[in-house]
Amino acid sequence: MTDTGWFEADGATASIRAGSAESPASWPRLAVDRGVVPDEDAYYDALHEATVAAARAAVESAEQADDRQLIHAIRALDDCRRTANELAERLAEWGGTVDPDAGTGVAYARTLLETEADLSGPAADRVHSLAERVVALEDEADALEAHVDRQAPIVAPNLAALAGPQLAARLISLAGGLESLAKKPSGTVQVLGAEEALFAHLRGHASSPKHGVIFTHEAVRGTRMADRGSAARALAGKLAIAARIDHYSGDRRPELEAEFADRLETIRARATAEDDGSSPADDTESDGHTEGDTHGGGQ
Amino acid sequence: MTSDTVDPTLPEGVERRPIDGVDRLATRGEPVYGEPTDGEWRAWDPSRSKLGAMLEVGMDTGLEGGEVVLYLGAASGTTVSHVADFAGPTYAVEFAPRPTRDLLSVAESRPRLFPLLKDARRPATYAHVVEADVDVLIQDVATRGQATVANRNRQFLADDGRLLLAVKARSEDVTADPEAVFEDVKATLEREYEILEATRLEPHHDDHLAVVACPRVD
Repeated sequence: MTDTGWFEADGATASIRAGSAESPASWPRLAVDRGVVPDEDAYYDALHEATVAAARAAVESAEQADDRQLIHAIRALDDCRRTANELAERLAEWGGTVDPDAGTGVAYARTLLETEADLSGPAADRVHSLAERVVALEDEADALEAHVDRQAPIVAPNLAALAGPQLAARLISLAGGLESLAKKPSGTVQVLGAEEALFAHLRGHASSPKHGVIFTHEAVRGTRMADRGSAARALAGKLAIAARIDHYSGDRRPELEAEFADRLETIRARATAEDDGSSPADDTESDGHTEGDTHGGGQ
Repeated sequence: MTSDTVDPTLPEGVERRPIDGVDRLATRGEPVYGEPTDGEWRAWDPSRSKLGAMLEVGMDTGLEGGEVVLYLGAASGTTVSHVADFAGPTYAVEFAPRPTRDLLSVAESRPRLFPLLKDARRPATYAHVVEADVDVLIQDVATRGQATVANRNRQFLADDGRLLLAVKARSEDVTADPEAVFEDVKATLEREYEILEATRLEPHHDDHLAVVACPRVD
């Protein structure tokens, strides 16, 4: 196969996309020698047509794994989890009247099915069937979660690396797409998902929210209360940059994670520094945002 | 038309021309990214293109015009568009789908530019398309192991061909001193190539090293 060029397989486009060779050869000359094309000019014309068609097809199929698909997946995931929990509550309440060993939550639905509990009364079949729906919904949520974990790094590699696949998908979903997320200032990214608190603040009832959905990120949740605003602000800054790279450029920049890790270390060092009674060194608010701009561009 | 400045280090088809009152590198072709033009000439911005910067700082790239080129890391085609303007058949490899969409529109008006959505770290996936013995291998990939990528793609390059490589220090190691990164890269590169010239690209590009090399023929 080493000596077989792209032009010798059926379907030039498919051959360019999926073919391979151990090493290159003088393809233009071979194509002429083997009578595929009359001359090298004709070869390059055919090559241009085939490579453009192959690249276009590859780009299109890659973009079907796009941000719209990811938004549907993460919303379906949330719907399945929420519905499973709601039904599980109903099940626990109902089950308690017919099953002496009734527990709570999705776990009870699983137990009920596994033990094949011998329920009594005319509603037994219905309770059993409801448990099946709860478990099926929860299983679907797990499958959707695995799907999001696979797709988010394809759609937004830098964002997914920094935020984790699920938070990346939630941010894209809340913004309404990767492009609109890429256009949001970091102060808006910081409070995405905290719209209620943000509007209370804008009406003058409350202080500005320190974080929205990015609270689920370990860097925010795992930082002591006094420094959470700083951690959220630093994280949002890097997430906003990651979204822009993913949307406008698409290449992978591992340095973003390293820079954020550095910054977080500095922020968390404040707690240690205060314990020691010394003032923390090198801790300026280098990310350039103040509490005041957390509502910039909020919708 | 103004008279052209002849510059021995510039390949045929690349000229220094006054555009918007400033002498700038320029090639002839369809404009692609809103660059300033003067008739059919379009400015080649060295701060947006590592190869443009290599020519701007006067490195001896050995480019003459009309070569067969393999370009790794074509991105959205900014630099590749200029290369295709002065070179011969140009194979442009890019790994990310989104920039490749822009690369496609660059290729549309350039019949000897061949876009390939492939991973430059895996030459076998395009060796059935890219011809052997290309004259010039140009590489600008922002991935770890840039020297290894160049070494793996040595197989495409003619024995008397040239490697024109832009190394981004931050792609190898964000925390390390760029000079130390460049030393490592050069050491790895020397397994397959003989380095003819290596220059930093400041002020056009921070923490980038440009390398001109030819294959080791043992």
